[in-house]
Amino acid sequence: MQTIFSIAVDALAYGMVLFVISIGLSVTLGLMRVVNLAHGAFAMIGGYIASYAARDLGLGYGAAVLIAVFGTIVIAIPIERLLYRRIYGQPELTQVLMTIGITFCIIGIANYVFGPTLKTIPLPPSLEGSADLGFRSIAVHRIFAIVCGLAVAGALWFAIEKTAFGVKLRAAVDNAAMAAALGVRTEVVYAVSFAVAVGLAAFGGVVGAELLPVEPYYALRYMVTFLVVVSVGGAGSIPGALAACLLLGGIDTTGRYLMPEFGEFFFYLAVIAIVCVFPRGLAGRMK
Amino acid sequence: MATMNEAATALAAGRRGLGRDLAGLAVILVLAAIGYLLFPNNLALLTRITAIALLVLSLDLVTGYCGVATLGHAALFGSGAYAAGIAAVHFGITDPLLMVAAGILGGALAGLACGIVILRAHGLPQLVLSIALIHLFHEFANKASSWTGGSDGLAGIAPDPLIGLFAFDLWGRTAYVFGVVLLAIVFVLLRLVVRSPFGMLCRGIKEDPIRIRAMGASPTIALLKMYVISGAVAGAGGALNAVSTQVVALDSLSFTLSAESLVMLVLGGTGSLFGALTGTIVFMFFEDLVSAANPFHWLTMVGALLIAVVLFTPKGLYGTVAAILARRRGAGR
Repeated sequence: MQTIFSIAVDALAYGMVLFVISIGLSVTLGLMRVVNLAHGAFAMIGGYIASYAARDLGLGYGAAVLIAVFGTIVIAIPIERLLYRRIYGQPELTQVLMTIGITFCIIGIANYVFGPTLKTIPLPPSLEGSADLGFRSIAVHRIFAIVCGLAVAGALWFAIEKTAFGVKLRAAVDNAAMAAALGVRTEVVYAVSFAVAVGLAAFGGVVGAELLPVEPYYALRYMVTFLVVVSVGGAGSIPGALAACLLLGGIDTTGRYLMPEFGEFFFYLAVIAIVCVFPRGLAGRMK
Repeated sequence: MATMNEAATALAAGRRGLGRDLAGLAVILVLAAIGYLLFPNNLALLTRITAIALLVLSLDLVTGYCGVATLGHAALFGSGAYAAGIAAVHFGITDPLLMVAAGILGGALAGLACGIVILRAHGLPQLVLSIALIHLFHEFANKASSWTGGSDGLAGIAPDPLIGLFAFDLWGRTAYVFGVVLLAIVFVLLRLVVRSPFGMLCRGIKEDPIRIRAMGASPTIALLKMYVISGAVAGAGGALNAVSTQVVALDSLSFTLSAESLVMLVLGGTGSLFGALTGTIVFMFFEDLVSAANPFHWLTMVGALLIAVVLFTPKGLYGTVAAILARRRGAGR
């Protein structure tokens, strides 16, 4: 019972962190049709900035999160302008190569600037320790991660379903050319969603630093995980991404708890099974 | 009259193809000889390049000729390597030719398995399936450590002298010559395969699968066949690696090797066997140079190289040069 409970909490927290990071990838993939393997690299940049701000500058956790999100967006904008612009609408192979190239560069630079060691982001006292639920205590940080995931999911749902920008976004996802013909400035929609996606990646990177430790090979290690989650969920779908994150987070965590010697065997087996059964993702709308 | 003309053109094209086969073969052998003379102390690197060239050639078969996007092609290479290694260590089959045969068989079987899974999807899901497959193979080889040696690698492969005459010496001369001959044979066979009606069918599927189906051919069956052929070629490369290094490490089944082989292919140019070879040679030498000069910036340099290739030579090095030459020839006429 104890094990089941801790598996459930860890799986939920892990799934939520995955969700926060990969939802941005899902949106850019659904909207701009860019297979962005460098998405994890942006999460890593966020983690590094937060670690630098909190440890070396001595700022608070909240300030570090804010600096990380905006700093990552500032770094990502020139990359988008100079490099991503050229691969919109190109074949997948080209996009994969370009974004792998960007990932390698970012890893190399991070390794050079921050060194190969693991970076921690000191938590504020209010997030440390554990909360007592009466029958069982769980780490406050796990609760924080779960709440963050839920908040992001709610905010995104609201922004996409209820606001004018969301209408334009959905129109651009469904048919970019027609949306542009109707007067939606797709360029602006693209730029804003890219910024939001990168910001969310950085946010997830910081919040999830306890579960996915920040180190130079972060971008390469989790690149595949994020892409897999998005593909399983179906690009551009929030409920799909949420379901995929919880499902895959659950499978991965359960596998690690019960059969640690098998590593990620069951995770990838599940991925193959799901993709074979739902080739367009759990809630696919990508053609 | 028209048919005669067509027949004549076809004949000329056939002859030109044959001429290019021989030219390609000559280039491989001359380059191999130059490599042997220039780097007599670094034959291990050259042998590794030949083994990887087989992997990239096999990747070209499915990606360049069939349009299947895969980031998991090392699964076939590693299966061949482990098949050859296990045959040598656990079954005592230490004849190098038989080990290569075992590698080809192992690679072909892995190709069949991977093909069945990967060909079920298209586009991004296909890519994800291939990634999941390579990780699955990796984890499996890691787990079955009584057979594969797990993360320590499969050591203790001691191949017999080649056809009973040439022992695998410390300098790797025999291994190098063996590798070059293997590469040359595979290259000629693949030239025949990609020019055959079957090769043309695969190209047709890449361009327009619906039309091919309307013409009465089954795209999936044809692609699966190509995947098995590709597996055999990659398996031969893996076996060559096992024979020459006498050890099979877990990284021959890694995602990194898969990604690197794709990088090499695109660097050289997809859809051309010459492109695959060019990309392998350039990338491997570049890797050797940069990682020797400054191992810290190695990844950054590869990344920059990738970005530069995508931006400036989208057809790859060989493709771009070939296009320039073709334009020259067109202008000259």
